[in-house]
Amino acid sequence: MAMTVTLKVWRQAGPTAAGRFETYTTNHVHPDMSFLEMLDVVNEEIIKAGKDPIAFDSDCREGICGSCGLVIDGLAHGPDRGATTCQVHMRRFRNGDTITVEPFRAKAFPVIKDLVVDRSAFDRIIAAGGYVSINAGGAPDGNSIPVAKDVADLSMDNAQCIGCGACAAACKNAAAHLFTSAKIAHLGLLPQGAPERSRRAIRMVEQMDAEGFGSCSNEGECEAVCPKEISIASIARMNRDYVKAAAGK
Amino acid sequence: MTLDSRIPSGPIAEKWDRRKFENKLVNPANRRKHEIIVVGTGLAGASAAASLGELGYKVKLFGIHDSPRRAHSIAAQGGINAAKNYRNDGDSIYRLFYDTVKGGDYRAREANVFRLAQMSVLIIDQCVAQGVPFAREYGGLLDNRSFGGAQVSRTFYARGQTGQQLLLGAYQSLMRQVDAGTVTMYQRREMLDLVVVNGQARGIVCRNLITGELESHGANAVLLCTGGYGTVFYLSTNAVNSNVTAAWRAHKRGAYFANPCFTQIHPTCIPVSGDHQSKLTLMSESLRNDGRVWVPRNQGDRRPADQIPESDRDYYLERRYPSFGNLVPRDVASRAAKSVCDEGRGVGDTGLSVYLDFADAIKRLGAETIKGRYGNLFDMYKRITDEDPYKIPMRIYPAVHYTMGGLWVDYDLMSTVPGLFVLGEANFSDHGANRLGASALMQGLADGYFVAPYTVANYLAGASMPAVASEHDAFKEAKATAQARIDKVLSVKGNRTIRDFHRAVGAICWDHVGMARNEQGLQGAIGEIRQLRDEFWQNVLVTGEKNNLNPALDYAGRVADYMEFAELLALDALERRESCGGHFREEFQTPDGEALRKDDDYSYVAAWEFQGVGARPALHKEELVFDEVHPSQRSYK
Repeated sequence: MAMTVTLKVWRQAGPTAAGRFETYTTNHVHPDMSFLEMLDVVNEEIIKAGKDPIAFDSDCREGICGSCGLVIDGLAHGPDRGATTCQVHMRRFRNGDTITVEPFRAKAFPVIKDLVVDRSAFDRIIAAGGYVSINAGGAPDGNSIPVAKDVADLSMDNAQCIGCGACAAACKNAAAHLFTSAKIAHLGLLPQGAPERSRRAIRMVEQMDAEGFGSCSNEGECEAVCPKEISIASIARMNRDYVKAAAGK
Repeated sequence: MTLDSRIPSGPIAEKWDRRKFENKLVNPANRRKHEIIVVGTGLAGASAAASLGELGYKVKLFGIHDSPRRAHSIAAQGGINAAKNYRNDGDSIYRLFYDTVKGGDYRAREANVFRLAQMSVLIIDQCVAQGVPFAREYGGLLDNRSFGGAQVSRTFYARGQTGQQLLLGAYQSLMRQVDAGTVTMYQRREMLDLVVVNGQARGIVCRNLITGELESHGANAVLLCTGGYGTVFYLSTNAVNSNVTAAWRAHKRGAYFANPCFTQIHPTCIPVSGDHQSKLTLMSESLRNDGRVWVPRNQGDRRPADQIPESDRDYYLERRYPSFGNLVPRDVASRAAKSVCDEGRGVGDTGLSVYLDFADAIKRLGAETIKGRYGNLFDMYKRITDEDPYKIPMRIYPAVHYTMGGLWVDYDLMSTVPGLFVLGEANFSDHGANRLGASALMQGLADGYFVAPYTVANYLAGASMPAVASEHDAFKEAKATAQARIDKVLSVKGNRTIRDFHRAVGAICWDHVGMARNEQGLQGAIGEIRQLRDEFWQNVLVTGEKNNLNPALDYAGRVADYMEFAELLALDALERRESCGGHFREEFQTPDGEALRKDDDYSYVAAWEFQGVGARPALHKEELVFDEVHPSQRSYK
């Protein structure tokens, strides 16, 4: 039941080098393969031909680490909703298909090589305030502050963000609002995160802007590609927090 | 060198307090003068780096990923144990300690396990305070569930993504320290050597994976938090970049490797479907709370599951282990699955899987409740297999998941190289021959938040060490060694790819050092591994550049180390002529097929000292003393 697919893959030797699409055809695709396993097969063929394999990031290959991220036929993470690139399987494609594979593109995600981009801007946004300021050692008993189940659940919905960057890649403004607001919502909803709610909103939003991410124009592309299906309602929450905090400054 | 585990004296419940009091302290004003290298950014590494940063040390953190949040702790699903006794069901620190020593089949160090159980309650408090959104009950208090190997509900969880949430908690604390300037991050760096000066760990050589440049970094202490070696089997539930390289290179510089043969095969994984697979996917064992494991009663029964009547089904775990049923520990569940498949009663196209059936639970609790508990796991299963577990039973089979063995450490988590500490899965200390579910997260965080900050301080306060510049000969030598290895692997230009070699070494390990092992198979495996290693250096094919991002080259270095490590794995399994926990030697079993320990001969930690590639390592034994939990044959009947 082997399939044949043709790939048009973005190859770029380095951050400043010019990129181009290269075409690869492989006959050794099985419908049960994941998309990345298919790329492994293509890379084996490239290596055997003595050439430089396609660089792409991946690690857990079960949709949770956030390492992988490809634009497949124009869609960040490909055709499946609520899934990362590594969770897409070749049974989603037909024998003979031509598939275009590109990196996540955003001004704040410079290409390192081929399909690998630099997403360290996300780390810096978290460093600006995506935490609760407590040191190890002094925490009160875990049950000392009850948290209503629906609040904890909504917080968890946002905490599920894997930091993959698909939201920014899908946005025509390359905005990081969904990513940033997910963290602001996750922490701001909980009593433990409440004391720093204003400071967090101000600092994270300012960092997001400083990194070169764009503005939000409410089109919802981010929500549509988010592998964890995080809601853009969080962006509204972030805006509220930010406006309130900025007004109070 | 004799192994000194440096266990504090006194009653077990007082040992850690005693050690903390005896420990020397570092004055807060002096802490920033001490540089500490942390390698690895998973639960152990992130929590250690954050905590040491909070204390004011100058921390340098290294990770192979683009961000610390990618480390494989992120993938842990089920939960984290803590002896909170919030359920009022009779749990206590002592019971968690007891269960863990017993679950480890009496091959763990009692004092370490007791401390782990003590720390477990602090971890939950710490994580809640960080904003980890643990599952809650309607009253707002923390929810718990039960897990394999325990009869109390002590497992805290955040849906099926507990590892993710705990790692993000640690990562956030870490990023706060990065912002505060106490921690400097070096991502996309791979540690290639440990630098030892005057017998002390004084730094590392690492490769910048983007530029290919080798970098030297000096420090006063080095913490290895680089995880386990499960990917030696090629197929495992580990992330594809998980590797033994940092630990192995430290081993070659003098750190003893302990109990490598203690590997955990997790019972509930999605079965292998073909040789294209790059990894296996775990289904959290929390599924065994509601799922019932069965196979057809009769060999060769190929009927679809729904056409096999109750009378023709064998719920073999419930039958063999009536008191624990489907919740027996992992090693027991895995072996039982293997034995029914060996009898020809396995299901699926390959015959290498068993059913995990939720039909009864759905009937009893409703599909909505089951969805609430396991929805994301069911979705994950469907995505991979194209089958709907709400309608047809899941098929599962054991897969390599965790490695209990690791670098030998004393009670303070220090290896045989002074100043080199080893935390989390990378060390050997707490799980003996088998790890209980929901204990890995507990150990990684206990080591990082609550143990290393005290013991590293004690080392720094007590050790005298000269300033060492990164131009020191030891750094130059380590750098030259690392460079030579990279150049060598690129220069072979043979015919066989790295992946092919990795598959080959993995197949040898799975066939002979997997779920069942025997003398002849292990001896054969050692020969095969040596042959494969020779072939590797004659015939490996690595393309691409060394001065640019080249994941194939990174991979080559890791597989090259597995070519050496695999031999130690097999040797340790060969030399341990008993069965215990995850190490099952076919020659040593009870009449009903359970693991048969030989306490008189093997109640020790096997710590191996490197003597050269291909040379027999020297065995050092740490005798295990059981003052509290009397070793007996584990019974889950």
